Amino acid sequence: MVAGRLSTESAAYIDLRARHFLTDELTRESALELLALKVRSRYRRLSQFTGLHIFVVTLRCEHSCPYCQVSRQSEDKAAFDMTEEIASRALELTLRSPSNAIKIEFQGGEPFLNFSLIQYIVREAKIRNRTKKKDLQFVIATNLALATREILEFCASEEIYISTSLDGPRDLHNRNRPRPGGDSYERVLQGIRLAREIVGRDKVSALMTTTEASLGQVKEIIDEYLAQGFHELFLRPLSPYGFAMKTKSFASYTTQRWLEFYKQGLEYIIELNRAGIPFREYFASLTLKKMFTSEDPGYVDLMNPAGIGIAAVVYNYDGAIYASDESRMLAEMGDQSFKIGDVRKNSYEEIFLNDKLVSALHESFTLSAPMCSQCAFEPFCGADPVYHHAQHAGDCLGHKAESGFCGKNMAIFKYLVKMMEEDFFAKDLFLNWANY
Amino acid sequence: MLQLSGRTLGISKNTDLHRTVIQVSDNPNLPTPLRSRQACLMRSPHVPQGFALYIALPEAGDDTIFPDGAKFVRLSSDFEYLANDDILSINFADGTVKVLFRANSTHNFFLVTEQCNSYCLMCSQPPKAIDDSWIIDELRQVIPLIPITTQEIGFTGGEPFLLGYRFLDVLRLAKTMLPNTAVHILSNGRLFADKAFAKAYAAIGHPDMMIGIPLYSDDATIHDYVVQARGAFDETVRGVLNLKELKQRVEIRVVLHRQTVSRLPKLAEFISRNLLFVDQVALMGLEITGFTRANLDQLWIDPKDYAEQLTKAASVFEAYRVPFMIYNHQLCTVDRSLWRYCQKSISDWKNEYLPICDACSVKSECGGFFSSSKLYRHSNHIRPI
Repeated sequence: MVAGRLSTESAAYIDLRARHFLTDELTRESALELLALKVRSRYRRLSQFTGLHIFVVTLRCEHSCPYCQVSRQSEDKAAFDMTEEIASRALELTLRSPSNAIKIEFQGGEPFLNFSLIQYIVREAKIRNRTKKKDLQFVIATNLALATREILEFCASEEIYISTSLDGPRDLHNRNRPRPGGDSYERVLQGIRLAREIVGRDKVSALMTTTEASLGQVKEIIDEYLAQGFHELFLRPLSPYGFAMKTKSFASYTTQRWLEFYKQGLEYIIELNRAGIPFREYFASLTLKKMFTSEDPGYVDLMNPAGIGIAAVVYNYDGAIYASDESRMLAEMGDQSFKIGDVRKNSYEEIFLNDKLVSALHESFTLSAPMCSQCAFEPFCGADPVYHHAQHAGDCLGHKAESGFCGKNMAIFKYLVKMMEEDFFAKDLFLNWANY
Repeated sequence: MLQLSGRTLGISKNTDLHRTVIQVSDNPNLPTPLRSRQACLMRSPHVPQGFALYIALPEAGDDTIFPDGAKFVRLSSDFEYLANDDILSINFADGTVKVLFRANSTHNFFLVTEQCNSYCLMCSQPPKAIDDSWIIDELRQVIPLIPITTQEIGFTGGEPFLLGYRFLDVLRLAKTMLPNTAVHILSNGRLFADKAFAKAYAAIGHPDMMIGIPLYSDDATIHDYVVQARGAFDETVRGVLNLKELKQRVEIRVVLHRQTVSRLPKLAEFISRNLLFVDQVALMGLEITGFTRANLDQLWIDPKDYAEQLTKAASVFEAYRVPFMIYNHQLCTVDRSLWRYCQKSISDWKNEYLPICDACSVKSECGGFFSSSKLYRHSNHIRPI
């Protein structure tokens, strides 16, 4: 093809033309129009700007998970809780976003420890939205250990989604997530049951965090999710921030070992589906959506331009504004590189046109980044300036040959393609996940 | 198969009219003011007075005396099916009659022109390069006569949009005279590559109007070959894009035959990845009529022999949530998992079954055959289920 010797009659030529890798006089105008349309679809979210607004309502937590990046064991509400004044100003910035769909996510610490502030923000947001008329959605990331009927009934009446943590079977979960009484697992199960009953089954989801102890137990973890009535799971890698680094639990297993864990998990999930039990792996779904459609799933860690600031933003308990969840974790480790402002000091324009943010977006842009721009997987991948900054001595671009982000993603892309080439059932299943 | 046009057995000579379009009434007690606009459908020798025209079916007898100066036609038993509110076009010059609208049918399609800018291998209505623009005038007469309760009407060709703005006026008339009637138009879509024309079409603002546009392959060479027009693929795709950009409803139609089935799963991927916004896709079995009969060797493939491609294409559409239907296929030729997509799509007047079908337990859910398939070619795998 490059040498111009590919016959126009050959099967390769015809397939390449049909898929818009090449064009000739028979498809010249339609191919260009379709390609333009697909690019417009893929980048459609950009014009919407920031959709996800994370409110860290408190850093306090009754759990003491060794992998946690940010939480504090403290009774001092004044020191680690967000105030109404800060929340009010953060809300003002949130509703300035041009996006028609705004998701407000409450994080912690354990957000239920500052539930009165959540009530204030939800009510205030709805009042202020009467004139803005945006599509407002709320979600609380909670361990559910402190869930009460009253709290959940408020969530039900305000249509708030619940995202909780379930790391696997009892032993694994309680080992990963210590709390006074050692009953995190029992409490989260009880919380899930109650939340489904009061708020709604479709409103409750769970996330797992992978630790070294998880690595040999992927089947048990999936079985636990099945047993608790979940039909999807996000097989997440451990992020390289905060306590995770300090405790060396991050360094203790390599990308390679995690990939083995991931593959075993995905294979088991495919077998479940083959046996007629619908179950979906979330990271594969996101990637497959990028592979098979012109839609961008809007997953902040796999977007280009990067999702920091322009897809998601974090308002910390103390008023600091970070470009992403990882940015505030980095800040907890003493690196303020992605602090893009303060709700009490900066205007919307100062925050979102912040030089740190703009240059990180610019430097990491995959269509111009060395090695990304030539990479066959670029359309499936994304830019992660915060990860690269943290791992590559302050360089948002990083060196792709040494990038763990790159290594992990490329391995997964190749693996997904291989699965589809080898197994028609997997291809069919993946096509369905892509369009979920 | 119903006969929709033919010679009359007798026709009044005492007329200065060349051609008339008229609605049929089977009610001999029709109030007088209405009689002067309607044709009396006679199934007995009794002759009610005052109708604009008399249509004598065989039961009326040969020696009926029509009122002085009345226009009349005598029709053979082929037209026994005629019923109240049907609309006929009667040509007094050559003594022929055409049934334009049947009130009892849900498949009323109006031919707009026999001219076409494509020349498809399997065309069921082979194009003619003649000036037949009088048809448009006839359509303008028919539309106001169609009952306002009619669910759907269709327009076909040739390529209806070759008549340009004159056809758009007909569609506007359909919108105003038949506000509750869905309109389905069969077009190759090529003329909508002209954005100005697409805008003029969209400006009609019909609330329930869809264009069915064929796309035969993801390979432009095959599509252009099937429609015998170089550059047609490019124009059709751009036409679809322009129509959808203007929020018009579009159905993609794929006729399944030897030239199109081998890449069918790839075509499904092409539609899903590039034209996901179309309203529906129709996968259609071959009608053995028109050019298809002449090109049958090039076109025929037993539906059983492309069942795998059909199933694969269906799974792609299912994954991408593209609404699709399967037309003109007998259930015994299609994988059971696809039965729910099979429609009883063949127009009632040319829809038949084989004797062997009488023993089939799902005959009532099966779309059956085109009369022409029964006559010329059908799957070797027809069997009762």
